[in-house]
Amino acid sequence: MVGQRFLEALTEAEPRPPGLRITVLAEEPRRAYDRVHLTSWFSGTTAEELSLCDDAFAAEHGIDIRLGDPVETIDRAARTVTTRAGHTVGYDTLVLATGSYPFVPPVPGHDTPGCFVYRTIEDLEAIKAAAERARVGVVVGGGLLGLEAAGALTAMGLDTHVVEFAPRLMALQIDDGGGRVLRRKIQDLGVTVHTDAGTRAIVDRAGRVAGMVLSDGTELATDLVVFSAGVRPRDRLARAAGLAVGERGGIVVDEYCRTDDPHVLAIGECALAVDGRVYGLVAPGYAMAEVAARQLVAGPPDPDRTFTGADLSTSLKLLGVDVAGFGDAHGVAEDCVEVLYSDPLAGVYKKLVIGADGRLLGGVLVGDAEAYAQLRPLTGSPLPVPPEQLVLPAAAGPRGQLALPDTAVVCSCHGVAKGTIRAAVTEHDVVDVPGVKRCTKAGTGCGGCVKLIGKIVTEELAAAGIETRRGLCEHFARYTRAELYEIVRVKGIGSFARLIDEHGSAEGPDADGCEVCKPAVGSILASLSGGHILDGEQAALQDTNDHFLANLQRNGSYSVVPRIPGGEVTPEGLITIGEIARDFGLYTKITGGQRIDMFGATVDQLPSIWQRLVAAGFESGHAYGKALRTVKSCVGQTWCRYGVQDSVALAIELELRYRGLRSPHKLKSAVSGCTRECAEAQSKDFGVIATAEGWNLYVGGNGGTTPRHAELLASDLDHDTLIRTIDRFLMLYIRTADRLERTATWLTRIEGGLDHVRAVVMDDALGICADLDELMGRHVETYEDEWAATLADPERVRRFVSFANAPGVPDPTVRFTAEREQIKPVLFERLEVRGR
Amino acid sequence: MTSTTGTAVETTVEIATGTGWVTICPYDRLTPGRGVAALIEGEQVAVFRTRAGELYALGNRDPFSGAYVMSRGIVGRRGEVPIVTSPMYQQAFDLRTGECLDEATTPDGTPAALPTWRVRARS
Ligand SMILES: Cc1cc2nc3c(=O)[nH]c(=O)nc-3n(C[C@H](O)[C@H](O)[C@H](O)COP(=O)(O)OP(=O)(O)OC[C@H]3O[C@@H](n4cnc5c(N)ncnc54)[C@H](O)[C@@H]3O)c2cc1C
Ligand code: SF4
Ligand code: FES
Repeated sequence: MVGQRFLEALTEAEPRPPGLRITVLAEEPRRAYDRVHLTSWFSGTTAEELSLCDDAFAAEHGIDIRLGDPVETIDRAARTVTTRAGHTVGYDTLVLATGSYPFVPPVPGHDTPGCFVYRTIEDLEAIKAAAERARVGVVVGGGLLGLEAAGALTAMGLDTHVVEFAPRLMALQIDDGGGRVLRRKIQDLGVTVHTDAGTRAIVDRAGRVAGMVLSDGTELATDLVVFSAGVRPRDRLARAAGLAVGERGGIVVDEYCRTDDPHVLAIGECALAVDGRVYGLVAPGYAMAEVAARQLVAGPPDPDRTFTGADLSTSLKLLGVDVAGFGDAHGVAEDCVEVLYSDPLAGVYKKLVIGADGRLLGGVLVGDAEAYAQLRPLTGSPLPVPPEQLVLPAAAGPRGQLALPDTAVVCSCHGVAKGTIRAAVTEHDVVDVPGVKRCTKAGTGCGGCVKLIGKIVTEELAAAGIETRRGLCEHFARYTRAELYEIVRVKGIGSFARLIDEHGSAEGPDADGCEVCKPAVGSILASLSGGHILDGEQAALQDTNDHFLANLQRNGSYSVVPRIPGGEVTPEGLITIGEIARDFGLYTKITGGQRIDMFGATVDQLPSIWQRLVAAGFESGHAYGKALRTVKSCVGQTWCRYGVQDSVALAIELELRYRGLRSPHKLKSAVSGCTRECAEAQSKDFGVIATAEGWNLYVGGNGGTTPRHAELLASDLDHDTLIRTIDRFLMLYIRTADRLERTATWLTRIEGGLDHVRAVVMDDALGICADLDELMGRHVETYEDEWAATLADPERVRRFVSFANAPGVPDPTVRFTAEREQIKPVLFERLEVRGR
Repeated sequence: MTSTTGTAVETTVEIATGTGWVTICPYDRLTPGRGVAALIEGEQVAVFRTRAGELYALGNRDPFSGAYVMSRGIVGRRGEVPIVTSPMYQQAFDLRTGECLDEATTPDGTPAALPTWRVRARS
């Protein structure tokens, strides 16, 4: 890997050294490939996909690559190397990038068939072939690599054990507390962990591995063993050629990667750096490759380009386990303090090591390593925010936003600083992460920094005034609806005025919003703080429908829609509606949402119409709001000969539970009494279909311009679980969706999609269910009918006049003709524009 | 059109008719950030009060739909411009001049501007 990086640096160098000829002598039968992502080969990533060097690269630069023929000897006097096949090649400069070999402890039987190491694609092919005939596998070594190997074995269906000499897993990178949490996580994957355990012997039966004796004498039966007990630098060639090597191995190099022979350089895992360490990680190797290439093209040593050491930050790429350690993870610095957050139940452990002078020295993150990408570059700098903000889970409070300095290395694999990424945006017109990857290489190594790169790009675009369309509108340009929701919730904000004064982008105490943010904030306030939506300042936020609690129709008149839960209505109720419609001369229609709509009411008629409806026991149907509109239902078990559950009762219950629930967009639902689906539940934001065992819950469907079928969230739920799951689903949606984003779009947009939502609402993966339950509980408890509440207060009723200066006069422009024995609006033909 | 900030208790909102001022309603009856409709010599006027306390009066007829609904729009701001958006199809109009910020003309070709009236708050 490092050798390939060296070639890239060399070929990209300006000016290109004249007459440069490059020959690559390789032991492996294939070109350089990505060893860091080797494990993904087991999950289907092909060797081609792992390749780091294509034909075009070699051809373009005229590089002569000779595969499968390792160098056997170096003749430094003659400046030649000779390969196993007997070819001798001369050189001006020889670059050794021979990497390392896996250390196999010299226990008896370590070379029995069935024993493997984990380093090359060929190793993996051999392991896979053996695993097909095996039931149990043991990995020796509980470090980063060992755990990756263990993950691969379990994924292949093997009963897997990890044997670790140290008292905890990943002993190098993480501390005891983190080790405990990590151990539980690994065990949850189905791996048996033995710590404080050495390997005494491999049991050989009939020429094959049959078991393994641990240091305490117990025997583990196993069919295969993978050694992952560390690596040793491959310095044999250098040693034989008389180059200086370290006491414990590694070709000695100076800060320019030069060995004690000026014509020989050594880089990567085979080199012993000036700080006395051999680095088993790819990032320091890449840094060395850059330094060495610079040597070759720039002639005299460039003191700005040296390699004097690197940190040992790592994060584990094992599926489903988030682990990272960086800097002084063990807190060995004098007088340092540790800030700890541990939640053993949720499997989260986070520790930051802070120096006496307030600088971040290092840390350990297990279970939630999201902050790693931001924290690692800050190592060595003072923390910009109180440390507890950085370790607390997101749900426990606002996450601190870190302002990284330009010098902070964001991508440690390629040593790319934040300043370089910003420059890509400002100077090279890069607008997204793929662009940054192309332009700077950042993010193309382990990928751990990609999220952070995305953030930096967005920030930089915003700073450059380039619209990223993130914010709600110009008045809240920095926040999405979901973020405003959290701000209102966490700070307990009860008014638009306070929100825009404290968080709006517009300056000044009297800043105003617009038609985008006002209704959005109005909806957030309504769903969080309760209270009547027309009271005080709230009235100014509502669009005309919410403002008059009715739907504006095309001639300026309004529709009246009483709630009819489950579509079930008494003859008495029908008669009342009929009488009201007759008395006020309204047009009536039965709609697709199981409602009887009355059209053609003027603003000043609305209160008297509703007076009579409320008196007859009707409530607002919220047909005007971004709220629950309807829960349709079929007749279900009670009447239908196919029904298996009482769909009407459930529809009524759901409708009453969620009535008036303000949300980012309108919500529709339906309940069908059996799979014949007469209520069309699968075209709804949440739909329920009865089964013999209980209820199936579908979410994310809708009609409209882009119809979409709902997807199955959970099946065979009992009544209480069903209600609880819908509660949480709706609250999660309300909390995190964008303005006017329906559940279908929301589900396709959010990271992890339906699976994520399922994990959150069914398994409480984020630990926020109690919170969601409480929010819904509050909604259900505090619900009151908006129309009844409006009529009860003369101040609220007073707005329902056509003219402020002539309260009794109806609007003369609202006119009707007749059609099919009902009224029909007269539309406005020509306009008379008059002014003065 | 003028804009004034009223403070006294008995302040009323008045609109100029060409021959004099007519009273619309008490200033406090106007919700900050909303409008009301008024009938002035047979014409419909939309009167708005902003959050900062300014008053504006425009024609109530939405030129795009023809409906007399401008007073029911949302009052806000685009950059420096105080606006009201039509509740029918959401076009924004400059509260100071009545000009439409989104479209210059209506579908039938007439200029998409609202007439303006002079309005004041008087104690
Ligand atoms: C499964 C796995 C996961 C890893 N995960 C990470 C990770 O997440 N993060 C991280 O930083 N690092 C990780 N590493 C380590 C990383 O792969 C190494 O640090 C990196 O490959 C070192 O690069 P290198 O070029 O020095 O050595 P190598 O990539 O090993 O390259 C050395 C090459 O030299 C060849 N060679 C040796 N001797 C001769 C000779 N005499 N003649 C010709 N050719 C010779 C070898 O065959 C080999 O191809 C992982 C390693 C493995 C195996
Ligand atoms: S969905 Fe099933 S229960 Fe409901 S009406 Fe149709 S057939 Fe009957
Ligand atoms: S840190 Fe590994 S790709 Fe950037």
